[in-house]
Amino acid sequence: MENFNVFAAKLTPQQEFLAGGHRACQGCAELLAVRLVAKTLGHDYVIANATGCLEIVTSSFPHSAWKVPWIHVAFENAAAVASGVEAGIRVLQRKGRYPVQRKVTVVAQAGDGGTVDIGLQALSGALERGHDMVYICYDNEAYMNTGIQRSSSTPYGATTTTSPAGKADPLGQHTMKKNIVEIAAAHNIPYVATASPSYPFDLMDKVKKAAATPGPAYIHCLVPCPTGWRMAPNLAVSIGRIAVESKVFPLYEIENGDYRMTVTHKKHRPVVDYLKPQGRFRHLNEAQIARIQEQVDKSYERLQKKVKMSQNELD
Amino acid sequence: MAKRVGIEVSLAISEAVKQAKVDAVAAYPITPQTHIVEHLSELVADAELDAAFIPVESEHSAMSVCAGTAAAGARTYTATSSQGLALMNEILYIIPALRLPIVMTIANRALSGPISIWNDHSDIMGARDTGWIALFAENGQEAYDLTLQSFKIAEDHRVLLPISVNIDGFTLSHVIEPHEFLDQEEVDAFLPEYRPAVQLNPDQPVSMGMVGVPEIYAEAKKCQDEVLKNSEAVIKEVFAEFATRFGREYRVVESYRAEGAETLLLTMGSVSETAMEAIDILRDRQQRSVGLIRLRLWRPFPVAELRRAVAGCRRLAVLDRAVSFGATGGPVAEEVRSALYGIDGAPYVGSFIAGLGGRDITIDDFIALAGQVEKMAETNEIHQYKMTGVRE
Repeated sequence: MENFNVFAAKLTPQQEFLAGGHRACQGCAELLAVRLVAKTLGHDYVIANATGCLEIVTSSFPHSAWKVPWIHVAFENAAAVASGVEAGIRVLQRKGRYPVQRKVTVVAQAGDGGTVDIGLQALSGALERGHDMVYICYDNEAYMNTGIQRSSSTPYGATTTTSPAGKADPLGQHTMKKNIVEIAAAHNIPYVATASPSYPFDLMDKVKKAAATPGPAYIHCLVPCPTGWRMAPNLAVSIGRIAVESKVFPLYEIENGDYRMTVTHKKHRPVVDYLKPQGRFRHLNEAQIARIQEQVDKSYERLQKKVKMSQNELD
Repeated sequence: MAKRVGIEVSLAISEAVKQAKVDAVAAYPITPQTHIVEHLSELVADAELDAAFIPVESEHSAMSVCAGTAAAGARTYTATSSQGLALMNEILYIIPALRLPIVMTIANRALSGPISIWNDHSDIMGARDTGWIALFAENGQEAYDLTLQSFKIAEDHRVLLPISVNIDGFTLSHVIEPHEFLDQEEVDAFLPEYRPAVQLNPDQPVSMGMVGVPEIYAEAKKCQDEVLKNSEAVIKEVFAEFATRFGREYRVVESYRAEGAETLLLTMGSVSETAMEAIDILRDRQQRSVGLIRLRLWRPFPVAELRRAVAGCRRLAVLDRAVSFGATGGPVAEEVRSALYGIDGAPYVGSFIAGLGGRDITIDDFIALAGQVEKMAETNEIHQYKMTGVRE
């Protein structure tokens, strides 16, 4: 990994593998992220896609936005399908019966519902079995495709269509966002990372690294959803940056168990900067925002301890 | 002639899978399917079979992994039973729509609840409309032969559909029977290397499993149904080639001493051997005009073959091994009635359900059944279905 190429603006591949003309909403950060991932992985990769926004906006027969081989089977099984594709390609290559003898990267991609809720078992199985594949979760923090219902990846205090902030219950989502990154890391897989399309080169570096890592890699990508987060489409990129700057969504990687921050800031913004532009947090009062700030600080601190521990071990 | 070897039917099936040189097996253990996949994993571990063996965390993932390996272009096999098949159900529907020729053994077992590990056909009947070709084996030799033939049928580019080979759990899967195995060279000559029609390949990218908008969904389903119906011709073709090469002849609908019979019993699966014993007694000792029809092919339903097989008989007793709760008959009987409806001189069709959850069906049961259907036909008794052998 030492000689790993770092992406820079000039080095960004010109070729597109996700065609334009797909049906995503205006300002969709998920498709922005997917486009960057596709650019990074280039020609020799195969996608197993879960049911969800990404699937429906890119594959309405007869129009496919995919210039790479792509398969969609169902909602909860992208990891299982990808592991089958990986195992199939590998065995056929060994037997000399696969048309391509180059390394082919197999990528499973799913939303947060397809990953942290209904797809968790298949994901765990695939990670545990050690398939040489990359799993990317595009987390827009609710079931956006079906109309903004809460998932276990929806953050505390967000109002959704099934965790609405009402008169008797003014909070919205009661539970803390499930920490799927730690769950993935607990499988002792070689590479786990968080990423954001608001930090394109960081995202692309991680995707490249994940693809180059033998064995399973997991990337958790926060993708702001203007429709579901109830904000202006032109804020999608900046809100992603504020998520990182406010410690809500720190960018880091876990390589063979060692934590490392990939994007750091000397000064952090308060979470209120992140919450304010989003209609889904509009109902929160000062006390609730303070509680979120407290949670964010605590999580970040805990993460820093792990980073420090890893540094000490490496030194 | 090849040597006859006494071996457990599950192991014979594994041998067929090995001789078919499958590329990938993904499976999750469930009684009574276990011996098949245990043996396959041994064969892979001992390098007797060069395949990816993927021990998954559920049957849902087993079928999903199979979708992946088959889409990559690998010859793919799996096996399951009962709850496992039920858990796969969602994905079962998608496999034929993706035209992936996966072969699966179903060691048929009752569905919960109450939980039962023993044999009946409720599992496959729950998956009846998933679009898979479904074959039923009567004995070990047939299970072995059908498994080999299934790969050839499924992978035929006129078919490209998944196939389930149904074997009765325990009563078939766990018994030791004599089998005649083919030599590897014979199998290789019969079953060429799998050539996928499309596969996930970066040099020729395809999108599989796209959204079916209302303008296209019905056409997609019509295509799928046509292909399934047309597969019957290919199944017969492969059966014929197998018979020519190896001398064992299979038909989609079998009959036993059915010529000129006034009463016919109709069965699927291993219980047919018991039924044949009953037919011999009825014919030889009681001089009664009774014969047996056995469906080897369940999907696509062999309508024309069935009509031919029952032509001239006056009554038909259909034995189901599953309940279609609150329906007009057992699943097989409903299908048979429907296939014979409106035909001049169609026989009286009695629907009997027996052998649920491992309950034995004896020779005497079949003899009684023949008498029962004769009486019911006399009065033209209108009934939905009768569950026989149940303590009241």
